[in-house]
Amino acid sequence: MDLAEGSNGKDVGEMKHRRLLVLAGVIGAIALIASLSVAAASSNRPAHVQQAAAVAAPKVPNAAAIRKKYGGQKITFVGDSVGNGHVRDVALAKRFTKDTGIKVSVTPHPAASDAAYSQLARAFSSKSSSIDVAMIDVVWPGAFAPYLVDLKPKLGKQSKLHAAGIVANDTINGKLVAMPWFGDYGILYYRTDLLKKYGYKAPPKTWADLFKMAQKIQTGEQKSNPNFAGFVFQGNSYEGLTCNALEWIASAGGGHMIDNGKATINNAKAITILDAMRAQVGKTTPRGVTSYQEDQTEHAFDSGDAAFARNWPYQYGIGATAGSKVKGKFSVTTLPHGAAGKPVGTVGGWQLAVSKYSKHKDATIEFVRYMTSPAVEKFDAITNSNVPTITSVAKDPAVVKTNPYLKPAIASVARVTRPAKFLKTHYNEASKVIYQGINQILNGTPAKNVLPGVQSKLNQILKQK
Amino acid sequence: MSSVATPTPAPRRRGRRSRTKLQRRQTRLAWLLLIPALAVVAFVAIYPLAKTVYQSFTNQEFLAGITPTKWVGLDNYSLIWHDPAWKHAVILTLKFAVITVSFEFVLGLIIALVVNSKFKGRGVMRAVMLVPWAIPTVVAAQMWKWMLDDTFGVVNDLGVRAHVLSHSHAWISDPSTSLGAVAAVDIWKTTPFVALLLLAGLQVIPTDLYEAADVDGASKLQQFWRITLPLLKPAILVTLIFRTLDALRVFDVFYVFFGNRLDTQTMAIYIQSTIIGDGHVGLGAAASVFMFLIIALFVVIYVTFMRVNEE
Repeated sequence: MDLAEGSNGKDVGEMKHRRLLVLAGVIGAIALIASLSVAAASSNRPAHVQQAAAVAAPKVPNAAAIRKKYGGQKITFVGDSVGNGHVRDVALAKRFTKDTGIKVSVTPHPAASDAAYSQLARAFSSKSSSIDVAMIDVVWPGAFAPYLVDLKPKLGKQSKLHAAGIVANDTINGKLVAMPWFGDYGILYYRTDLLKKYGYKAPPKTWADLFKMAQKIQTGEQKSNPNFAGFVFQGNSYEGLTCNALEWIASAGGGHMIDNGKATINNAKAITILDAMRAQVGKTTPRGVTSYQEDQTEHAFDSGDAAFARNWPYQYGIGATAGSKVKGKFSVTTLPHGAAGKPVGTVGGWQLAVSKYSKHKDATIEFVRYMTSPAVEKFDAITNSNVPTITSVAKDPAVVKTNPYLKPAIASVARVTRPAKFLKTHYNEASKVIYQGINQILNGTPAKNVLPGVQSKLNQILKQK
Repeated sequence: MSSVATPTPAPRRRGRRSRTKLQRRQTRLAWLLLIPALAVVAFVAIYPLAKTVYQSFTNQEFLAGITPTKWVGLDNYSLIWHDPAWKHAVILTLKFAVITVSFEFVLGLIIALVVNSKFKGRGVMRAVMLVPWAIPTVVAAQMWKWMLDDTFGVVNDLGVRAHVLSHSHAWISDPSTSLGAVAAVDIWKTTPFVALLLLAGLQVIPTDLYEAADVDGASKLQQFWRITLPLLKPAILVTLIFRTLDALRVFDVFYVFFGNRLDTQTMAIYIQSTIIGDGHVGLGAAASVFMFLIIALFVVIYVTFMRVNEE
């Protein structure tokens, strides 16, 4: 579209070529500045967050032998993007490159795990060699197994150090398709200073207690901080909401969404707890919680704008670092439970898997060996407060000291798993049905109008196999 | 091509067979010259479309090798047809298209008329008006998402300070305002594009018509209805076609704003999440064919309009 175009001849003189170029340049420059400032804002995290790199990454064992065999090869690692994850990945990759001469380029995956799933599915379906190693969610091994290298021959011995349950989860048809990297379970973060200020001696035991306390603290705090919220969690329509909702429903005695191969999500206990959550949206939790993921939750809590938060253990490290607004003012405990249940935590966690289409499988496996070694898991636990999957590391006094959620009282909480084993390759589809339904409830639709539809869709998907 | 292949009136009377040698050679040459272009069109447009239509009759999965692909006839079409989520997506997309295209057209026309008139700093105005359009959609959408946030968003902050709003509103999360919010951002972003297309149309209108109208004593309003609007019709139709088609296949703004939310799925998001998220290529292809037909319907309506207009 030429701006200088004009049949009457008068305009042509006014907007000469040069002017058009200037105009195009100005627009381009403004667009560039706007784009860059938005990009910068997204990475504009407080300085303390960058600290993970300050502790030196552990040495690579047997580095000389690895360098001799694979030095100079280039591999691509699709890694973490939540919290400090990317900083840690880069620090470890740099150390690995320095010691072994294998170049590792680190690409963060999308923060929503279902979007990360889509990215990998696209790469695998096109037989792309552009990804050598990727972190995969605890619910994916079943779906991706045909595209992953069996690690048992080379890493079978090392896998014995890891928690047997997770190794079993990552073993599909006798093949070890992924190595456990770090674990996860949902925990409750609470502000010790505010509990004291409002006369509470202990964190809430039930969801009803939590809402009551959240309401009282919020009313008081909002006088000085209008943005203050009682409770924050992950309510966006994405995989994280399936994890949150599983905790609510299971802790209220409403089952595990799918039990014994049949959808059970549409039951009275689930309806009660989901409607109770819906009633809190816009009351003790921000109205916008239905678009919160992990990062928004962590930001709200660590900027001192929330009394309670549900999140994974990684948030502990960020909140406890110097420079955080809540350093020394918060603690963690198990999540509350409903009237007829007990506290639970959804099992999360990440594995490292090597693509079948990688051109440097052996070099990549050496990288995985390093990344899932006790030394690296200890490093990750201390600098990033991620749950070690290696039992001995999880019991290491230095690790437990920096990660109080590893104390037996919290770590022994009943773990609930998402229904991946019933769904296998259809897990992602089923989870979408679940989180879209729950998101609809949180956005204002009564649970009894939503759950029957979710249940029948889940049963349809279960029949597909 | 027509100037090469159209026979002159005289040989036409004598019938097709009696075309001269030269004419036949020229026709052949015309086809020869067209072959590269036709091949490109076949490769980039016809092949993917045909493949999509083929896939829509199969149960193909995204991660191939998990289930063998087989022919399923019209199963996919019937599944999509009876899926309330698809129906909702179609209605939402149509609503979005009607709202955004009408606002963009009216605002774009006003802006085009303003920057078409002579005033000091017109060049700067034309540059400034294009800024929203020059920002990549995903970036603009993310920017607006933050500005509309209910806890730290600048829109709520200003609104509450100016007493326009009684309290912070979650524009994006709240289903009653989410369509309005996303439409407003699209209008903000695309109005400049509409204004630009209409401006190009305005610039081809000869100024002597207005001079003559002035001499005849026509008011500015009469000039607008009797001269500007009729002569702008072709540009208007092109603009409306562009914008309607764009609006019907909208993906980016909705995806950044709402992700995989159910009540905000457009046709394109439904298809993306069916194919990439659920892995059902066949089912998604059937939805794509429906979407193609809906868009084709709009094109037919507009093109018929344009033809009637030309005659």
